[in-house]
Formats: sequence, C-alpha cells, structure tokens
Amino acid sequence: MSVMNMVQALNNAFDIKLAEDRSVVMFGEDVGLEGGVFRVTEGLQKKYGVERVFDSPLAESAIVGTGLGMAMAGLRPIVELQFDGFTYPAFNQIISNVSRMNNRTRGMYKAPMVIRFPYGGAINAIEHHSESPESLYAHIPGLKVVVPSTPHDAKGLMISAIETDDPVIFMEPKRIYRAIKQEVSDEKFSIPIGKAKIVQEGTDITLITFGALVRECQKAAEMAKAEGISVEIVDLRTIYPIDRETVGASIRKTGRVLIVAEAPQSFSVGSELVTIANEEAFLSLEAPPRRVMGFDTIVPLAQGEKFYLVTPERILYEMIQLKNY
Amino acid sequence: MIFNDFNPAEDKLFRIMDDEGRVINPEYMPEVNPETIRKAYQSMLFARTADLMAVSYQRQGRMFTYPPILGQEAIQAAAGMLIRRDDWLVPAFREMAIMLAKGVSLKEIFLYYLGNEEGSNFKDAHHVLPICVPIGSQYLHATGIAYEVKYNKKDEVVFPFIGDGGTSEGDFSEALNFAAVWQVPVVFTIQNNQYAISVPVQRQTRSINLAVKSVAFGMPGIKVDGNDFFAMYKAYQEAIQWARDGKGPVLIEAYTYRKGAHTTSDDPSKYRTKEEEKLWEAKDPLLRLKKHMELNNISLMEKEENVAQTDLSPAELHSGIITKDDLFAGEDTLIESYKEEVDRQFIAAETFRAYELDDVFKHMYVEMPDELARQKADYEQFLRWKEARR
Repeated sequence: MSVMNMVQALNNAFDIKLAEDRSVVMFGEDVGLEGGVFRVTEGLQKKYGVERVFDSPLAESAIVGTGLGMAMAGLRPIVELQFDGFTYPAFNQIISNVSRMNNRTRGMYKAPMVIRFPYGGAINAIEHHSESPESLYAHIPGLKVVVPSTPHDAKGLMISAIETDDPVIFMEPKRIYRAIKQEVSDEKFSIPIGKAKIVQEGTDITLITFGALVRECQKAAEMAKAEGISVEIVDLRTIYPIDRETVGASIRKTGRVLIVAEAPQSFSVGSELVTIANEEAFLSLEAPPRRVMGFDTIVPLAQGEKFYLVTPERILYEMIQLKNY
Repeated sequence: MIFNDFNPAEDKLFRIMDDEGRVINPEYMPEVNPETIRKAYQSMLFARTADLMAVSYQRQGRMFTYPPILGQEAIQAAAGMLIRRDDWLVPAFREMAIMLAKGVSLKEIFLYYLGNEEGSNFKDAHHVLPICVPIGSQYLHATGIAYEVKYNKKDEVVFPFIGDGGTSEGDFSEALNFAAVWQVPVVFTIQNNQYAISVPVQRQTRSINLAVKSVAFGMPGIKVDGNDFFAMYKAYQEAIQWARDGKGPVLIEAYTYRKGAHTTSDDPSKYRTKEEEKLWEAKDPLLRLKKHMELNNISLMEKEENVAQTDLSPAELHSGIITKDDLFAGEDTLIESYKEEVDRQFIAAETFRAYELDDVFKHMYVEMPDELARQKADYEQFLRWKEARR
C-alpha cells in the first residue's frame, strides 16, 4: 500500500499496464517529455521509451483517429486529450468511427482504446477548461464512459478500461487530481466497469453522483445529518453502461432521489437517471425525482463559477425540498 | 516582390536587420521615417511593460492566468501599425499587443484573465474577434469573414493569427485551402515561437519551415524574422497590398521565440535549456530595434529629427558627438509612465462591477428560453433560502 493522490494512482495504473503489455502505448499533446500538463504521465516516457509514451503534434482528431488505427491493428493505445473543451475536434472520429468499428465490421475490427481527459470546473480556468461532457459521450452507442471519484477507483477503473476490448472515454476529475490522498494497493487490481458503488448507506434520500461531486455529496450528507436526514450516496463510477440495478435498489429503499452533477441539466445523465428512477422505483417514490446540476449555459469564467458550481449547500437545499415535498 | 525573392521551399529567411541592428538588406528597407520607428519602439515597449506586469499580477495572486507575449512584440507592432480600422483582427490568445493597436483596452484584456466574460466585449474596438482558445479554429472564421468582404466588394483585409502548434490542426489547412479556392483577402500569420507548450516545432512538423505550407495551397508564403521589426513591416506591407488588390490570401510565418512561459501555469525549465534561452535573448526584438536606432541616431523621444538616417558605426556613436544615453534619455521615465497607465487599467479591471447571477444567463441566447429562465428563478429561490438561513 502507498498513499497516493489520483495523479499518482493513474500513473501507477499506466506503469503496471505498460510493464506487462507491450501493446499498450500512450500519446497526446505534451504527454511524453513533460508528462502532460497535469503530470499524470510523468516519468513514463523515461521508463518505457519514446516509442511507447510520446508527444503527438497538436491535433485532437488526429490523436483519436490514429489511435483507432493502432487499435484496429492490434495495439492498445491510451490517448490523452488535454482538456474537456478540447475533445470536440476529435468528436467526428469518436462518433463516426471509434464507437462503431466493432459493429460495422461485425466484430472483425475492435477498438480497444482509452480516450482520457481531465474534466470539470472549479479551477478558475479560461473557457474550454471547465466542462463536463459525459452525456455527449454516453449518448454515443458503442462507447463506455468511466469517471472515478477517488485515487483507488481511478487506478482500478483505469486498469479495466485498458483491458476491455471496447473503446472507453475516461474522464478524470481535475479538481480532485491532488485533493484526495488515500492508501492504494501497489499491486495490480481492477474495478469492474458498469458497477456503481454505495459510498454510504442511508434511509431517507438517495444522492446519485460521480467524479468530483462525490466529495461534495459527502459534505452535504454531513450537513443533512444535522437536519435529521439520513442520506445514501451512490457513486456511479461508470456512466455507460449505467448500473440500473444498484440505482434502482437504492431509490426503492429511500423513496427519494436527488441527482447531483455539474453538466448542463437538460438532456443529461440527470435526465437519464430520472427516467431510471421512474422505471425502476415508480411505486416506491415519495416525491418527484430532483436534479441539482449545472444550468443550460456555458460554464462561466472564474468570477461567475460560484453561481454555476454545485455546492454542498445547494445539495442540502435540494434535499430539504425533497424531504418536505 | 519579396515573396518571390525569399522562397520558403528553399528555407530562405527574410531579414532586414541583423542581430546588431545593422541593415543588411537595404534594398528591402521599407520607407519609414524616424517618427514611425520611434512609435514602433514605443508601442513595443508599452506592450512589454504591460506583459511583464500582467505576469507579475498573476504571481501576486491578483489574476488567474495569462499567456505572455514576451519576445513577440515586433510582429504585432508591425501588423498593428499597418492594420486599418476596418480590417479584421482574428486573434488566437497570444496577441495582446496587436489587440491594443486595434483599439481593445488593456482593462478588457485584464478583465478576461480576471475571469469575467465582459473582457471579450470590446467597447471601443472595431472588427476584433475575441480570443480563441480551441487551437486553430479561428483561422476558419477569418476565411469566412474574408468571403463577406469579397462578396460585398469591401476594401478590407482579414488578419488571423495562429501559433506553430496550431498549424497541425486540420482547421489550419482547411482555412488556407478555402481561402485560396475562394481567393479572398486574408493575411494569415503564424507566430512560430518554437513551442506548443512543451513540444518543439521540430516535433510538430517535418516541413522545412511553416511558410512552405503555403505552396501546397497555392498562395504566396514567406518566412520572416519575427524579431526584426523592419522585415515584419515590409512583409506585411506587401502581403496587405496583395490581399487588398484582390489577388487572394497570403501566409506569413513570423519566426520568433516565446521568451516567457506558455501561460503562467507552465514551467519552461521542464522542456528547454537555459543555453537556448540565452541564444534567443541576443535576438530580442526590442533590443535589436534599439540598437538600430542607436546606430542611426534616432532618439526614443521626439528630438534631433534633423540627423540623417545613416548607419553610424559604434565608434562614431561613441565619438562624443552623441551618446546612447542621450538617444534613450527618458526611457526609464517613459517606462514609469507606462507602468502607471498599465496599473490604472488593471485597477479599472479589478474594480469592475461585481459579477452577478444574470451575467451567467443573459447572453446565452439572444432570446432567453423559458427553460433557462426557470433555472435562474430556481437558483434565486435557493439564494433566498440561503440568506434566510443565515
């Protein structure tokens, strides 16, 4: 066991896979020499050489498109897109080819690749550096979308992501890259894709969340305790395929559900979860499902983020509305 | 035409001054009087002062981030002096100096990096697009704007900027191709400052230089010493003439060096050497223009206009008739006055009205959808609850 933050845990996962599987290669902008702008791949080029961990020219579509070529030919590329808001030039490759190749070729050509990028706000950034595009990717048939919330989960989920034969969008919550430290096993281990985790059990309200907001939900649950509300927190871990079973069971148990996420709320993961709440727990619901999410706006620049970001206090407010319904 | 004389396919570099400020290609020297040179130097000096102070504000924790233009002032001074009011500026994000030349206020630029969208609402600037962060995407907008210019038979030229890294994006090639096919008036500038964050231009392309990419798209291109104010000025003069004459687009590679970091979040010592930085220090654009002015007896402030514009040797310069100190007397005072002006602008940005909830919503759509209004009203209800709970 070692104490790791998420950057170190991800780096450790890459290290393990690069060491044991020669077909794993990593590339993207500034990924090699510098180790990425967040240093997630630091030291790996030195250890595994420039043929396996390298800087690409600056072109997101090319990074993903060439990654797909490598994957079809038998490699297992892990490509980095530098920020959430810079993934869109690659969107065409992702939606038109990466996600469809297995289906198009009836299983002849698979796309075992990981497309990873830091996502989310609260880092006082300029535009295009604070976005949460999970629902855009979860809406594309053929992709798995994974978002870890702790260093331990990041390592275990990344190892699964690299090993699965389907293409994975791996979103890294940049605001907690270094904010959470915990004991993580140095050994290889994996966490299954498609399984949610009950972070804490409760009886009154189910909070469903993922990524950086799990921590905010934990804070809100503490505040709710003072209000006499017992909170259950479900960390999705995987957006698609979504763990309908765990989500449904929890809502049936508490009868009230609040979905907590940072992306614009309309046509979002929140929308999908409200559907699942109705489909899986309709007769158990004590109140209409609620969402606390971003507005249908661009994430504001630093000065306006205080209005946009989902805070523990706002989660508490929503829980009280739900309780008092 | 210089575009014929300096063929990028032969990797020719267009220079007028050497590193010591001596005119080595007098036949290309643009007709610039001492007043113009003085103005050029002063505008570069102002940009540098503002740039250094911006980095310092960020270091003081008063600004979130900032991408320095340090070392790239000559390119933008030259373009800034030649771009007309009706011409269009389409920046990437390292174009502070030419944005100022085009009428954007320093206060607005600071406001953006203080995290307020109002910093992209240029009140007194005409035909200036906001900074564009998704790399290279602005190049296409420039081509589109130029189509309108041609369509409405206007006498305008469009000036998009991009970095060396941006030339790897598909949008770069697509913009050049469209502009050439349509024969529209665009003067494309690549500020090749040698690095895309940590990646050197040698690992960005195997082309002999960036200007040569013009050849494939069927337009004139030239690689210019971006730290040589006169070469940049001359290149822009000819490029603008070409575009304004309706002959189509032109590509200028301004070969320069990013002396600062990519942004204040970046640490260049991770990927480049002190020796390399020192090598480029000697090619600094302000230093070179200053040397030129000293050699040619051009003062920083308005005086001694009578002295002919000839190359004096350093020996002559030190002969006692005129000294460097005399020529640049007042530079410190000038820098002090610039600093005061920059600080005034920064404080104006810092004391800009407080960010309001409505600022998040009001410009998302021209017509506010009911759904968005509902979301805002919900949030206001939360705020009232929060207030009552205190």
